[in-house]
Amino acid sequence: MRATCWESPKHLKVEDVPDPKILNDGDAIVRITSTAICGSDLHLFNGFVPTMERGDILGHEFMGEIVEVGKKVKKVKVGDRVVVPFPIACGACWSCQHDMWSLCENSNPNAWIAEKMMGHSPAGVFGYSHMLGGFAGGQAEYARVPFADVGPLKVPEDLADDKVLFLSDIFPTGYMAAEMCDIKPGDTVAVFGCGPVGQFAIASARLLGAEYVIAIDRFPYRLQMARERAEADVTINYEETSVLEALKELTGGRGPDACIDAVGLEAHTPGLQGLYDKAKQSMRWESDRIGALRQAILACRNGGTVSIVGVYGGYDDKFPLGAVMNRSLTIKTGQCHVHRYMKPLLEHIQNGDIDPSFVITHKMSLEDAPVGYDIFNHKEDDCLKVVLQA
Amino acid sequence: MGTEIYRDVEVSDLPASQRPRRAQRTTTDAAVRGAPEHYSESQNKDKDPVTQALGWFSVALGAAEIFAPRAVARLIGVNEDEHRGLFGVYGVREIIAGVGILTRPKPTYWMWNRVLGDTIDIATLLRAMRTPGNNRLRLAGATAAVLGVTALDIACSVQLTSEKREGSGHDEGSFMLPETVDGTQLLSAVITVNKPVEEVYAFWKDPANYPQFMSALDSVQITGDGGSHWKVKAPIGLTVEWDAQVVNDIPNELIAWESVGSDVNNTGTVRFRPATGNRGTEVELQTQVKPKGGPVGAKIAELFAAVPKTQLMNDLRRFKQLIEVGEVVKSDATAVSGMHPARPPKYSEMEA
Repeated sequence: MRATCWESPKHLKVEDVPDPKILNDGDAIVRITSTAICGSDLHLFNGFVPTMERGDILGHEFMGEIVEVGKKVKKVKVGDRVVVPFPIACGACWSCQHDMWSLCENSNPNAWIAEKMMGHSPAGVFGYSHMLGGFAGGQAEYARVPFADVGPLKVPEDLADDKVLFLSDIFPTGYMAAEMCDIKPGDTVAVFGCGPVGQFAIASARLLGAEYVIAIDRFPYRLQMARERAEADVTINYEETSVLEALKELTGGRGPDACIDAVGLEAHTPGLQGLYDKAKQSMRWESDRIGALRQAILACRNGGTVSIVGVYGGYDDKFPLGAVMNRSLTIKTGQCHVHRYMKPLLEHIQNGDIDPSFVITHKMSLEDAPVGYDIFNHKEDDCLKVVLQA
Repeated sequence: MGTEIYRDVEVSDLPASQRPRRAQRTTTDAAVRGAPEHYSESQNKDKDPVTQALGWFSVALGAAEIFAPRAVARLIGVNEDEHRGLFGVYGVREIIAGVGILTRPKPTYWMWNRVLGDTIDIATLLRAMRTPGNNRLRLAGATAAVLGVTALDIACSVQLTSEKREGSGHDEGSFMLPETVDGTQLLSAVITVNKPVEEVYAFWKDPANYPQFMSALDSVQITGDGGSHWKVKAPIGLTVEWDAQVVNDIPNELIAWESVGSDVNNTGTVRFRPATGNRGTEVELQTQVKPKGGPVGAKIAELFAAVPKTQLMNDLRRFKQLIEVGEVVKSDATAVSGMHPARPPKYSEMEA
């Protein structure tokens, strides 16, 4: 089959690779009909996630048709149309049974590597480094899906791929970001980053009843989408104005009740601080550029909540822990427990509360994946979300 | 015999839970004290005088190397102008080590640091002797002097290292990881599984289950009456085999086994205890390997020593997958042995 393979930082190749096989009795093989490039794939693309190897297949947002199942699979069958959640979860361990699917205790066969870097290991993830399992990803014609009875969600035929594909990651991730803000009537929520996850965080904050939603980015087309499609009340371009000052101005000096970081480890920060982060990260003296997170923390009102869904990788410095401690902030974070949100969010889609396809700006063939990565990485051609179809 | 710690475990010795519990607080023991009468920050007055002298020597030599590099060069017989930068670097190293020795209450690390520095110095001097134009007689003298100091440094370092660590007494309620006993390899790892203790015990009761998750094991055959025959994969296609006997078996609490009549004395203990808050069962596996004399036994023990804790932990993870999920979970990269990218393996790779 054809698959998008990581060769080295900034270098991908669509290659012929062996077809996936049933390796465990609970596996299914899915023929992929739609797959997307995630913002977090750019961290792999740019070489900031350790334990990638030449030839790894990328991609963790995908859906398709089941074409083969292992002998223990009972709930799904050949021919079912399914969306696959990006974290791999067994459904049998304590974490899965307590609804913390991205912390599955059994799905990462390379848990020992993650343990060395993070103390304990999270769940395995499709196409996201060997530290998270060494699973082949879904930017390919076919994918092997472990625990087929646990993860994949059957979707109705009348809903097009574009409408349900993002149940695999970014819609639940944005929704969880808003849910972690514990929104109460009258609350103001600021969303840092208007990429696809940021857009869904804005829309979800709306769904969950936020009174005032502020969106922050630097690209006018993204800010425009935040206002017009995700229904942000107001947007701030951080290259044009001071975010901290603007957020104070907009909230009567209190600061937003909750701040969402939908940026992650490659934040752009204007000025000296940005140069400092970039230099340290490029020399591998710190894992992540945490400029957006710093601002989210400093902006948040006393006693408020900072919700982090942007991906971070390792050990970072200049983290404003003093602000967190002295101002009684709550930090909530995590890789999305996608399994928890798939069904309720599918209902929102079916009810017409939201049509997640609004984030798609580009559709191309799987063969053009390297082009998709390139324009998404450079934010060229007003790119926000690339969907690949075989 | 280090192995006896397992064999002699009796039911009465085992507390209901192995978990260290908070010690009873005693009201009679007044814990609050005033400031000590002779408070000294550096606490170095009881330091060995030789160690103390070596510390000052380090500082003095370092200062000379930094501030009077030409004089030092003349003294040891090298070209006065060539190596000034090098003297500066060595001088800083000496001063750091010296300050470390003088200020730390127990400067073991800094003394060993001096030994390392001596080695570098000797190497540098030997190299300088081969360079034409240097005064070889003076260099030889300097080398002899450094060798003398090195001997002192090593003696002090060994002394410091061998001194018993202070405050390592076993207070009730303080927890320490098990250490190596009698120079044998003691490895231990623990995992929590989401299954009741009865089910976990039943699984471990049958040693034939072990090769499914213990990566080093090739096979285990039950020979009856608590006995079994173990085969281990060794490098270059060799296998090592031995008979094992269950030496202790307390239902739902503990199983211990021990090898009989082989070149390697191998013992293992697995303990079960219910995890708090209905979290299942905590399973702790300890293995110990001790050579039974003879070159073959020693070689095998060396082999086992190379089995790091990570492998024992990975064995336990596979056990957890087996009992919770029903099979060992594979990814594309881990389905074949050796390094493999995260892409589907070929059939030929899977058979290899």
